[in-house]
Amino acid sequence: MQINIILAGVGGQGILTIAAVIDQAALQSGLIVRQAEVHGMSQRGGAVQSHLRIADQEIYSDLIAEGTANLILSVEPLEALRYLPFLASDGRIVTSTDLFINMEGYPAVEHIHAELNRTNRPVLVSAAELARKAGSPRTSNMVMLGAASPFTGLASHELETSIEKLFSAKGDEIVAMNIRAFRTGKALSQHQATAS
Amino acid sequence: MKQLLLGAEAIALGALDAGISGVYAYPGTPSTEITEYIQKHKGAREVPIRSAWSANEKTAYEAALGMSYAGKRALVCMKHVGLNVAADAFINSAITGVNGGLVVAVADDPSMHSSQNEQDSRVYGKFAMVPVVEPASQQELYDASRYAFDLSESVQLPVLLRLTTRLAHSRAGVTCTATRLQNPLNSLYAPERFVLMPHNARRQYNNLLVMQPRLEELSEQSSLNRLVPGKGNMGVLAFGIAFNYVMEVRQACGLDFPILKIGHYPLPKKQIDALFNTCETILVAEEGYPVYEELLRGYFGLQNGKQIKGRLDGTLPRAGELNADSIALALGITKKEVLAIPSIMVNRPPELCKGCGHRDLYEALNTVMSSCKEQHVFSDIGCYTLGALAPYNAIHTCVDMGASITMAKGAADAGLRPAVAVIGDSTFTHSGMTGLLDAINDHSPLTVIIADNDTTAMTGGQNSSANGSKLQAICLGLGVEKEHLRTIIPLKSHLAENIDVLREEINWDGVSVVIAVRECIETAARKKRNPSANA
Repeated sequence: MQINIILAGVGGQGILTIAAVIDQAALQSGLIVRQAEVHGMSQRGGAVQSHLRIADQEIYSDLIAEGTANLILSVEPLEALRYLPFLASDGRIVTSTDLFINMEGYPAVEHIHAELNRTNRPVLVSAAELARKAGSPRTSNMVMLGAASPFTGLASHELETSIEKLFSAKGDEIVAMNIRAFRTGKALSQHQATAS
Repeated sequence: MKQLLLGAEAIALGALDAGISGVYAYPGTPSTEITEYIQKHKGAREVPIRSAWSANEKTAYEAALGMSYAGKRALVCMKHVGLNVAADAFINSAITGVNGGLVVAVADDPSMHSSQNEQDSRVYGKFAMVPVVEPASQQELYDASRYAFDLSESVQLPVLLRLTTRLAHSRAGVTCTATRLQNPLNSLYAPERFVLMPHNARRQYNNLLVMQPRLEELSEQSSLNRLVPGKGNMGVLAFGIAFNYVMEVRQACGLDFPILKIGHYPLPKKQIDALFNTCETILVAEEGYPVYEELLRGYFGLQNGKQIKGRLDGTLPRAGELNADSIALALGITKKEVLAIPSIMVNRPPELCKGCGHRDLYEALNTVMSSCKEQHVFSDIGCYTLGALAPYNAIHTCVDMGASITMAKGAADAGLRPAVAVIGDSTFTHSGMTGLLDAINDHSPLTVIIADNDTTAMTGGQNSSANGSKLQAICLGLGVEKEHLRTIIPLKSHLAENIDVLREEINWDGVSVVIAVRECIETAARKKRNPSANA
């Protein structure tokens, strides 16, 4: 088993929190993890990505080769497209549809959706809206993780245990809210799968 | 269970478990997390292990050398360009040799993710003629970090531990071994080694030369150098992290060519000879400069009918990081078709944070400069370098740490008026102060703007060596006139008066310093979230 995930977003959006949950869940499941991330200059509002690899045998490269990502999980729709060359032919995109516009020439939203829809059954998530329903806009990354969870190769209960661990210091309420957000995202993803 | 660690953190933990008494460093991507890990490590705090930030890489290196002289183990960390700053100390410490283990961890940045060049620190290791280790995985980083201290003490030389961005900033599971106790204080009285007057230096240098065959022998025995056996007449010589990409391709494509993994220098010549004896064609894969490819090709190029491929003949790209894709291409594996980046894609460059004081500083400065005939602003390395981008386009140079002041001075000496420098608080104490002294001694008219945000912001908010009143005292002490040492607060509400202050000082024909004081919003937010943090 080998799963290659590209996490994408804008510096400051917290994609490394998502990575931390997946890493922990993979380790709990007895799997091998490698996760390359970006620090430094590009963190300041620039495009950021993380290559996350999970396998049951030795992983050599920290980077994912082109055409081999099983999943692009993006918290911003344009950023999902930036890494298309990495997507495997049967790979999936799970992206938030919430735009983050901090530069000139941001493309028209319908063009972004058209490009996303050219890929293999993309899962498009109104993350901010669903997060608000779950209790706080700050849980949007857990909504995204929930929506992507069916494609991570990891059991939901392992991911939920990992979420509990990560947020436990912030109290039960925060944990519950993030679990709710995770489940909301997962339900949406499953609904889209049965609908299509 | 294994601990999930960044490569940088694996080095830190390896050094802690090797019994270091101190770490010395100046922040620099991708090396910063080594020192930060030690600063935050509970065990290191209890012992305690000395770990505060140094003013620059040279002061860091020399302090580490002093700790080694006193018999204890010391780690010193920096990014590749930091080794330029520490080079004098580094090269000469190879001549004196060390006492307690001294390891210098240098993180190179091929592809220049956060740097101004992609220089290869292995060249420095070769230049200094010291052992260099270049691990290929997080586990190897941990093990090599421990091992490097033993090696340093056994050969009485500093050991260079080289890594690159990708390994420094990638996580993997690491298994640790038991912690070794720190060395006792054991100062070395050996002026014949440590007083590098010519008569001593010549003898010490000769000792270093005589030592080289032993260093080579140690490389031959090192677990960081090993052959992955295979078949066929094509072999790969894979250095450092390049080994991972070669193995990735070999595994994914079901190939079985032999690979000699190199992670310990000087080169293990016997192992290289063995590979060359069985192969007709050798691909040399180095993460960084083609340092050893050039050496293996030799001045006259191909030898003994063997074919060498690598970065120098275009088989691999001459610049930038390697990856599995570039290695696959070099091995003649046809690239499969992949999706293209859509044509609607636009770049998303980094930017100054919303609400950052540098924005208000540049707004004021741009207003003043727009009325000047000459509008050159010399700047430096930090978050404020982002002022070079739209919408500010406010600065016109960024070369190396501290160069804003000295370049403005030289331009002023050439007749440029006004000559303006923008530098951060941390960069000023790193390498700006001496340049300001030059300008004062030489009466070079220039205006130095110190953007004092109370932190080393670009690398994640580490303490800087001086800010606020200490910065003022430094400037006055260097000889800046009191009436031309001004302070402004870069806030929207102060825009008009900031413009006035900047205009007055920029128009004045002498050395002036304007300190723009406003805390980094990221650091302030972090303090608010975690008041107990040592911010």
